[in-house]
Amino acid sequence: MKRVIFTVTENRPLTASVYKMSLSGDTSAVTGAGQFVNLAVEGFYLRRPVSVCDRADGILTLIYKTVGGGTEKLSRIKKGAKLDVLTGLGNGYNLDNAGKRPLLIGGGVGVPPLYLLAKDLIKRGADVSVILGFNTADEIFYKEEFEKTGAKVYVTTADGSYGVKGFVTDALDKVDYTYFYACGPEPMLKAVYNETVTDGQFSFEERMGCGFGACMGCSRKTVTGYKRVCKEGPVFDKGEILW
Amino acid sequence: MVNTKVTLCGVELDNPVIPASGTFGYGYEFAEFYDINKLGAFSFKGTTKEPRFGNPTPRIAECTAGMINSVGLQNPGVDKVIEEELPKLKKVYDKKVMANVSGFSVEEYAYVSARLDKCGQVGWIEVNVSCPNVHGGGMSFGTSEKAAAEVTRAVKSVTEKPVLIKLSPNVTDIVSIAKACEQAGADGISLINTLLGMRIDIKTRKPVISNVLGGFSGPAVFPVALGMVYRVAKAVKIPVVGVGGVSTAENVLEMMPAGATAVQTGAVNLVNPYASSEIVDGLPVAMKKYNIDSLSSIIGGC
Repeated sequence: MKRVIFTVTENRPLTASVYKMSLSGDTSAVTGAGQFVNLAVEGFYLRRPVSVCDRADGILTLIYKTVGGGTEKLSRIKKGAKLDVLTGLGNGYNLDNAGKRPLLIGGGVGVPPLYLLAKDLIKRGADVSVILGFNTADEIFYKEEFEKTGAKVYVTTADGSYGVKGFVTDALDKVDYTYFYACGPEPMLKAVYNETVTDGQFSFEERMGCGFGACMGCSRKTVTGYKRVCKEGPVFDKGEILW
Repeated sequence: MVNTKVTLCGVELDNPVIPASGTFGYGYEFAEFYDINKLGAFSFKGTTKEPRFGNPTPRIAECTAGMINSVGLQNPGVDKVIEEELPKLKKVYDKKVMANVSGFSVEEYAYVSARLDKCGQVGWIEVNVSCPNVHGGGMSFGTSEKAAAEVTRAVKSVTEKPVLIKLSPNVTDIVSIAKACEQAGADGISLINTLLGMRIDIKTRKPVISNVLGGFSGPAVFPVALGMVYRVAKAVKIPVVGVGGVSTAENVLEMMPAGATAVQTGAVNLVNPYASSEIVDGLPVAMKKYNIDSLSSIIGGC
């Protein structure tokens, strides 16, 4: 982990409330998919944690949803602006257990960290499938980007306006997988936990104070004791999760 | 050359900057960012007899110029602190640490303090009678003169180390409680702990914090803390540690004339992990600007 001043090179909407931001600077602290950064937003006391969507050639790509004043302010930041970022936070996904046919399951704004994961798994020769879940067709983003990685992509929408009607778990029977990685809202993660047939990993979200393990604001009880989502997490093994 | 040294209850500090309990873990997280030996000292995470998870999440809420937490004294318990956290700290920190102690009974405060009294790394015991986030413990001892004095006496009887009592601002008269602690033998007073507060999510019309209320800290509370430090320092003869919203070297220079011998930094460590390091670096610069040769010469007397 490191504090880095990045330069914004892109900040544009992908849907009505989801934005893509690209940052140029020292990306060396990001060691793998599933980690996050914590952005200082002028006028707001706490930083805003955002998962890393991609990291390549000195550029970090972040995808975030505007949910309140802080992220709305973030969405108005212009190209060329400087951003104070704590980078390389948390432990990402473990790629070693993926097997030959890993399945990536993302819901809404839980989709972005799976993008770097898909690229890294494909680089290792895995046959990657992805299930992306959204509420409605207008909210879909990054489907084409995932397809370009070479992954097989399934989309679900809760209202049936695109792809499989229902939730991400309604597409599980389309895929024969050896391991899974999931990121999304907690009810989705719980459904995935109950309906998947292999081992896997989950990425959790929690309201954070610091994002680097000092305040204990984001702790979670697990099979192996109390864990900080920001420090030991945000990725946890299926076997250690307590709901 | 300016002199930033101060002496807190007989222990000399290179500078008066002490990250506050609950905002600095057991130190080593921050050692990944900078050499924490540059600090005056730091106060480690509030420690109880048994391990505690604390309150359900969410337990963090943002505010204008501050934040609310309701962590509720999550800690691994005093045995693990002595067996695991202090040896880990020793690898990155060779100064004295302030041991922050909490409890749910007078006996528990005394037990935890007695265990930590045996640790050479511990320079002071800071007794938290002011945590607003636990029921039946913490703050309930700090809201009455009698209970605060009782805890003070119990801890004093089991340790040779200087004992500071950390007081709550959520009381009718903080001065009378500080005086009761002094009379019971306290070697110093730390103030203030967080102010009780809450936030409501307008979308759900429910409290943001799972435990409803939490402790408010950050730069917004600085004037409240300064005022209380001033009043308590005038009323007691023992040293006072000023805590509450301190975020800059200038805030330190404001806290000390109010009567603070040393100053704790809190929430600012969480939003900028380098904050306390930057304050230490900023002190000599600010002292030159305001023609201060020696920090110990500006304590009190405002």
